[in-house]
Amino acid sequence: MHTSRFSSDNYLIRVMSYVALIFLTITSLSLFLGRYPHTGFISPFVLSEDELAKNLVLNLRLPRLLTAVLLGMSLGASGMVFQMIFANPLVEPGFLGVSQGAAFGASLSIIFLGNNAWLVQGFAALFAFLGLAFSYLLAHKIRFGGWILRLILAGISVSALFAAGIGILKYIADPLNQLPEITFWLLGGLWGVTWSRLFTILPIVLAGLVIISLSRWRLNLLALSDETAFSLGAAPAQERALLLASAVASTAAVISVCGVVSWIGLIVPHLARRSFGVNTRFSLPGAMLIGAIFTVLCDDCARTLLAAEVPLGILTSLIGATFFLILMISKSRRIQE
Amino acid sequence: MLISFRKVTFSYQPLNKRVLHNLSFGIDQGSVTAILGPNGVGKTTLLYITLGWLKPQEGEIFLDNRPLHNYSQRERGRWMSLVPQKEHIPFEYSLTEYVMLGRAPYLKPLEMPGKEDYRIAVDSLEAVGLKKIRDKSITALSGGERQLLLMARALAQQPQILLLDEPTSHLDLKNKKRIISILKDQVLRGVTVLLTTHEPEVASSLADKLVLMREGQVLTEGPADEVFTGDLLSETYGLKVRIVEIEGKRVALWI
Repeated sequence: MHTSRFSSDNYLIRVMSYVALIFLTITSLSLFLGRYPHTGFISPFVLSEDELAKNLVLNLRLPRLLTAVLLGMSLGASGMVFQMIFANPLVEPGFLGVSQGAAFGASLSIIFLGNNAWLVQGFAALFAFLGLAFSYLLAHKIRFGGWILRLILAGISVSALFAAGIGILKYIADPLNQLPEITFWLLGGLWGVTWSRLFTILPIVLAGLVIISLSRWRLNLLALSDETAFSLGAAPAQERALLLASAVASTAAVISVCGVVSWIGLIVPHLARRSFGVNTRFSLPGAMLIGAIFTVLCDDCARTLLAAEVPLGILTSLIGATFFLILMISKSRRIQE
Repeated sequence: MLISFRKVTFSYQPLNKRVLHNLSFGIDQGSVTAILGPNGVGKTTLLYITLGWLKPQEGEIFLDNRPLHNYSQRERGRWMSLVPQKEHIPFEYSLTEYVMLGRAPYLKPLEMPGKEDYRIAVDSLEAVGLKKIRDKSITALSGGERQLLLMARALAQQPQILLLDEPTSHLDLKNKKRIISILKDQVLRGVTVLLTTHEPEVASSLADKLVLMREGQVLTEGPADEVFTGDLLSETYGLKVRIVEIEGKRVALWI
């Protein structure tokens, strides 16, 4: 028998405010962290004197930082929505064809329609939905293994198909201007972010996050079997579709700007459940905060670790996968089959 | 008549396997009806049709003189609650968090459960004897305790009709008695109970009315003391059953 520490709402609200405080501290510090004029923190007082520094912080670092926050929140929240709705703690948007689908759609739009921010975003979203739909339908058809395994197998196959499609697109892409753009999507990173790019994704990302946050308690219900959710007065199919659509739309939107940044959607919900318990009333906002902290920290490393910038996707995979392995082999972690 | 089934026919698609055929019977308010019959006869299917989850291809179900399909999802959630045989729970909720889900039909869209909901959840856990461990994780529960937990969630739903699928199948004798007394208590409060069971004793000690099913149809229905006979049970299960009376309680024995 082990006691749940999560009995008291007040306790959780207290923990949540600590995490929010950490989030604010890290975000504010990150704004002043970088390689100008030399690697380290820049003093806020320099900004009033140094025009270049002011421009750098306000027009490059600030939009980039806010995008990192949105990216982390979207991936954390979407990962949680996916894991709850598929009743499967081993899924994330990247595992179910969403991320690769979005990358394929973005590449397709870059090659055939030009690098227009709205088109890229639209195509990323369209193919992200297609990726999820294919994975889901395929999982129903696979005649092997339980639901958790089938969904992952289907997701891997669909992602691989999209990856092959991206390979073809890379092959036919113009090596001078299209290929670097596409390669960028596959590595993932925030170096190209500007205020105007941020504003193109902001409405969709915010709408998705608001819908998910408002339904955070109800998400518990949707993790149960169809019949049970129905007997509790829910309309499981419609409610799940709404939340999945919100998760996929906001993920596709951030991917259209940041590229494929993997593992955040998988690892962050696990960390959130560890810190706040299973109840998504608390673990969902927890996942958004932890996702933002994790992404901002990774992007800080990406900007300052080496003389040249390290692609963010590489760092999140490295740190995320290591973290995940430690979680999976640590004793207190149990996944019920 | 609170619930009435009128010529209900149901087949599972796409196999077109007919489970219920032209089934009609009624349930009075505040009564306990037990459905008995061999495995695969459609007892569980009948419960899920009553719930509205499965829709019959022919015939209709009336709840309080209104067709069942005219009720909204939330309305139905406040009318009826279901205690399934078992349930896959993918994450480690605490008992209270889990039972609190039973309050969902009373919450407005986007509303979170409040203090009153918490109180009702804890009361329901007390009724099934799990209040002491209410903050533990449900992974710590035994199979029998899980069944009690499902019962607690159904009680937290404060339904007018309780649907139970073999509610005592995983329970030891003491907990069996506990469930029976909880159900009796609910009936005193005016709740209507419809349950399936493989235990004729449970049916006879609880039910006002027995429905014996055979091959998707009602073989016979009526007051428990009329239907609970060796001959009818023998016909239902296709083997010889005798009724013995011990200290005023009638028990079915198979030979």
